[in-house]
Amino acid sequence: MKPASFVYHAPKTVDEAVTKLAELSPLDGRVLAGGQSLVPMMAFRMARPAHLIDINTVAGFDRLAVDGNTLSIAACVRHAAFHRPVVAGPTGALLTNVVANIAHYPIRLRGTFCGSLAHADPASEWCLTAVTLGAEIVALSARGRRVIAADDYFEGMMMTALAEDELLSEARLPLLPPDAHFGFYEFSRRAGDYALAMALTTFRLQDGVIIEPRVGVGGAEGRPCRMAQAEAILAGQKPGAEIFRAAAEAAADAIDPLEDVHADAEFRLDLVRAVTRRALERAAA
Amino acid sequence: MSERSDITLTINGQAHAIRVEPRRTLVDAIREDCGQTGTHIGCEHGVCGACTVLVDGAPVRSCLMFAVQAEGKQIRTVEGLATGDELNALQRAFMEHHGLQCGFCTPGFLMLVTGVLEREPDITDDELTDVLSSNLCRCTGYQNIVKAVRAVAGEMRQRRTAQA
Amino acid sequence: MSAPTKGSGFAWVGRSIRRVEDPALLTGRGRFTADLPAAHRVRFVRSSVAAGRIENIIVPENAVVLTAADLAAVKPITPALHKFGYVPVAQPVLASGFVRFVGEPIAAVIAATEAEAEDIADDVSVEVGEVEPVVDARAALIDGAPQVHTQAAHNIVVEGRMETPGFAAAHGDAHRLIAIDLRSRRQNATPLEARAGHAVFDPISGRVTLTCATQMPHLMRTAIADLIGMPESELRVIAPDVGGGFGQKMSLVPEYVVLVWLARKLKSSVAWTEDRRENLMASFHSRDQYIRLEGAFNADAKLVALAAEVVANVGAYSCYPTTCAVEPLMAMAELPGPYDVRAYSCVARGVLTNTCPMAPYRGVSRPVITTALERLMDTAAAQFGLEPVEIRRRNLIEKFPYTSATGLVFDEASYRQTLDMASDALDVPAFRKRQAQARAERCYLGIGFATFSERTGYGTPAFAARGMGVTPGWETVELTMDPSGYLELRIGASPHGQGLRTTLAQLVADELGVSPDVIKVIHGDTDRTPYGWGTFASRSLVIAGGASVLAARKVHAKLKKIASRLLEAAADDIVLENGAARVAGTDREIPIEDLARAAYHQFHLFKGELDPGLSETATYDPPGTFSNACHAGIVEVDADTGRVTIERFVVAEDAGRLVNPMIVDGQILGGVAQGIGNALLEEIVYDDSGNMLTATLADFLPPTCHEIPPIELMHLETLSDATITRAKGLGEGGAIGAPAAILNAINDALTPFGATINEIPATPQRIRAALRQARKNDV
Repeated sequence: MKPASFVYHAPKTVDEAVTKLAELSPLDGRVLAGGQSLVPMMAFRMARPAHLIDINTVAGFDRLAVDGNTLSIAACVRHAAFHRPVVAGPTGALLTNVVANIAHYPIRLRGTFCGSLAHADPASEWCLTAVTLGAEIVALSARGRRVIAADDYFEGMMMTALAEDELLSEARLPLLPPDAHFGFYEFSRRAGDYALAMALTTFRLQDGVIIEPRVGVGGAEGRPCRMAQAEAILAGQKPGAEIFRAAAEAAADAIDPLEDVHADAEFRLDLVRAVTRRALERAAA
Repeated sequence: MSERSDITLTINGQAHAIRVEPRRTLVDAIREDCGQTGTHIGCEHGVCGACTVLVDGAPVRSCLMFAVQAEGKQIRTVEGLATGDELNALQRAFMEHHGLQCGFCTPGFLMLVTGVLEREPDITDDELTDVLSSNLCRCTGYQNIVKAVRAVAGEMRQRRTAQA
Repeated sequence: MSAPTKGSGFAWVGRSIRRVEDPALLTGRGRFTADLPAAHRVRFVRSSVAAGRIENIIVPENAVVLTAADLAAVKPITPALHKFGYVPVAQPVLASGFVRFVGEPIAAVIAATEAEAEDIADDVSVEVGEVEPVVDARAALIDGAPQVHTQAAHNIVVEGRMETPGFAAAHGDAHRLIAIDLRSRRQNATPLEARAGHAVFDPISGRVTLTCATQMPHLMRTAIADLIGMPESELRVIAPDVGGGFGQKMSLVPEYVVLVWLARKLKSSVAWTEDRRENLMASFHSRDQYIRLEGAFNADAKLVALAAEVVANVGAYSCYPTTCAVEPLMAMAELPGPYDVRAYSCVARGVLTNTCPMAPYRGVSRPVITTALERLMDTAAAQFGLEPVEIRRRNLIEKFPYTSATGLVFDEASYRQTLDMASDALDVPAFRKRQAQARAERCYLGIGFATFSERTGYGTPAFAARGMGVTPGWETVELTMDPSGYLELRIGASPHGQGLRTTLAQLVADELGVSPDVIKVIHGDTDRTPYGWGTFASRSLVIAGGASVLAARKVHAKLKKIASRLLEAAADDIVLENGAARVAGTDREIPIEDLARAAYHQFHLFKGELDPGLSETATYDPPGTFSNACHAGIVEVDADTGRVTIERFVVAEDAGRLVNPMIVDGQILGGVAQGIGNALLEEIVYDDSGNMLTATLADFLPPTCHEIPPIELMHLETLSDATITRAKGLGEGGAIGAPAAILNAINDALTPFGATINEIPATPQRIRAALRQARKNDV
């Protein structure tokens, strides 16, 4: 399973990278970051880019820093960067909690956070994280820079709002308030497999009741989504088994489930219920 | 077919000047262009881990990298573990605990473990088992691989505690 | 290597000495087929359609592409079986006229590199007039279903039938009839090394050497030479280091035939390395079966009659040499397993479909029949209000030798003892308490058992009963001591992970009183080894081991004679130990190497009494022996997601004398892991059009270490006289019992819901469906 031929480019600066992309994307040019998703597709010849623009060599693309109230993650920051919390507080802990579920150790040493967002696999944990936390995606091109809200970024299964000539240069996660709770739960067949369903939730407690609930479900549809109905059920309520069950049920009702060889519609919805409830339980623990 | 370019891969400290297309994966270059066939191909889509090598100390799936990306990096493969005919501690542990049968997945496991233990010396047994789930084996059922790796990690921990 | 224990009878047998195979494999110096360079590489163009007539093959200009038209002189693969109405079906090595399964090789592209060959293959266009395929075995039996081969009516390629006299009466007399329908889903053995072949033509000798990933080099040589129409002596086959086989590499591979043909044509070297996608799609599948069992029980829960109906999906062609009848006919022959049932009736069909051909996979049909029998036992236990352990105690074979209803002779074994060991280890009463408490907290634990027999080490007469055109069984070895006193044991068996180089050396070392260090085992090269059948069917230690012992005893006798002359003592007074021959009761001894040298260089001393040199041949062809085991597991079923976690798994096994306990344990652990995969994860899935939906390792799911719990092993050693070494085979056992034990445990866990599942793998989706179905039934 050898990839089809391509011309290889290794720009050293961001300007070089976007210029190359502008020139080559109409000619079937693609960006190569971690390669952990793209290269298997190339091996199967499901992807046959005529040009690969390797951004691993671009200066500054490994930047990971807190800018004000935002965590800024540049294009080549690896999954493994999050193995230990990168920032104090719930956001750092959340990312470390989630990353343990992503694939396997060697893949995490190469694969990138932004690469996951660009690839937009429905079962990507970072895509769910971006949507649930309300991230911003920065798209760079020769034409300039634009910022896309996560809600507007994911359009469908492996389809995003990125234009052909745009490079996902940065993801910006708003930091959760210091007293935020979070819970993540995913279901996969084996350790490290793509999740068949996953849920991420954050909320705060004020006088014992839930405020600012966020519930995101991924892996169940073409793209991750926030569950507005589930959030509405949680808001103003004390955390508890019944309310979590109701929220999970609402999430299942809202989902139009993906069907594939691993899960039919009914099973997928069973999983949505289970992962949502368990993510909430973890957040409340 | 794309233009071949001249690159140099440094494998186990030795430079190999080769001429490859951009699409040549690192594993194919290591095996065929550099003649180091100890690293094996099990799936070519990044799932089985048989092709695991160390690139600048990081265990990576060499079927998911292109050779041109590895120029200037320190590549270590299974051929570099022993000293002449003398097996290193990890290899001896695999032999002692019967951690291999057909031997096809073994180089991938050896490099995975070598990389992890170097990078995460304080790794716990449970975390180590998690890491071992990165690679597939069809012969051993894993139990003896886990034993061998835990034995080595345990010895390393003891030595570090003694030195402290 | 440490010194042997004196006076123990066995110095080396029974010890867990470390493997001689390991240092090379650990240092990356293993030699696997894909490691060889070749001037030409082959990429196969494969069918993307499950059934149809090939109308046109359009090849890009200047491309070197082989099709069936070029191979008109090559015979198709047509294994023979002379029983049960077996319909011989022929598989052309490249599809000719028709394609019958997705993945069937249609053309071979030859280029300098694999990448180039793949580029060209992408541009080869095959026009197929599609016809409706049939994918499911039961659907293939229905009137009017598409015919895979015109000569096999109703797609039945073989139909085994048997019924013991008086069956109807015993069945009709039953206190209770209990039926089980088991669905076993398609498996792929998935060795980590896929198939690979390298053929090179030597212009000086005119011979071709085929190096290939195979479990049966000699048979591969015979078959390929025959199909191509070349003298066998012009073909050399080498099985180098082979990365696992599990049966998938013990059938003739059509692609290897093409390679040999090409090497002769091009007068060069040509190689094919199967990729994982090809392996999943086109390399021998297995165990796609429906088994219906109907057990007639008496009032004491004793099984008095068993009726079985087996439908095995054999795929589109028949594998050589066993033929695709192997699964259904083995199921028929080896039911009712380890249970004492005299009345038995069975219909077992092999059914053709437009899917990848099947071939044996570790255990062959035994995992399936064991799962079916064990589900029957547990289902009956529940209806009778008995513990699963108790119903088995009432039914397991007790007295030996035991001749089964199908004529198999069970030698000394320990069915009940292993059951007791496993159940004691899990402490069933304590578990039941814990289970009840857990249920109250919505935690669903279950315990499951599987007792089974494993037919091993069977030779020609046993194989002959199957009526195959090629009847394996015997093994021959050649043992030579050279003038330096070093030994070479050349075997026809073909290990690929089993550690035979180590264990056979242990056997020979004990016979000759030397260290295994001085014994080198040679295998895999047809130029260097006597004709043999290869390694499969849990046979090599027993049969090649038995032959090795016989050959060693001949060498032993000769060494004694030489020593008696040189030491001027009676041969009967000579003992061989610690690398020397000694006159018993004295300290007069002579090192073995001196005896060896004398045998070659001082032959005049023995003229008339002995032949010169020290080389002996021996053949062993035993009737076969049954090892046995009990597998037992405790699982937790997550009722919300259907996930199964195995909390504990124990194996109590009995394979007679253990030559190398460490290697024995390794075989069991590996087999159990595959059994767990079979029970919970692994499944090849086709859609209704015959497209494969599980063509990557992200979709076909062999387990990682995370999915395998610590497995506790316990051993008994029942020494039967069925084999010279008193060892029994055991390589397949792990894979045979584990699925049954786990499926039983899952059902035990689901008892509160009234849900049952009789399908493997018991995936989370299926478990959830069973739970939903049970809820519906309640309403």
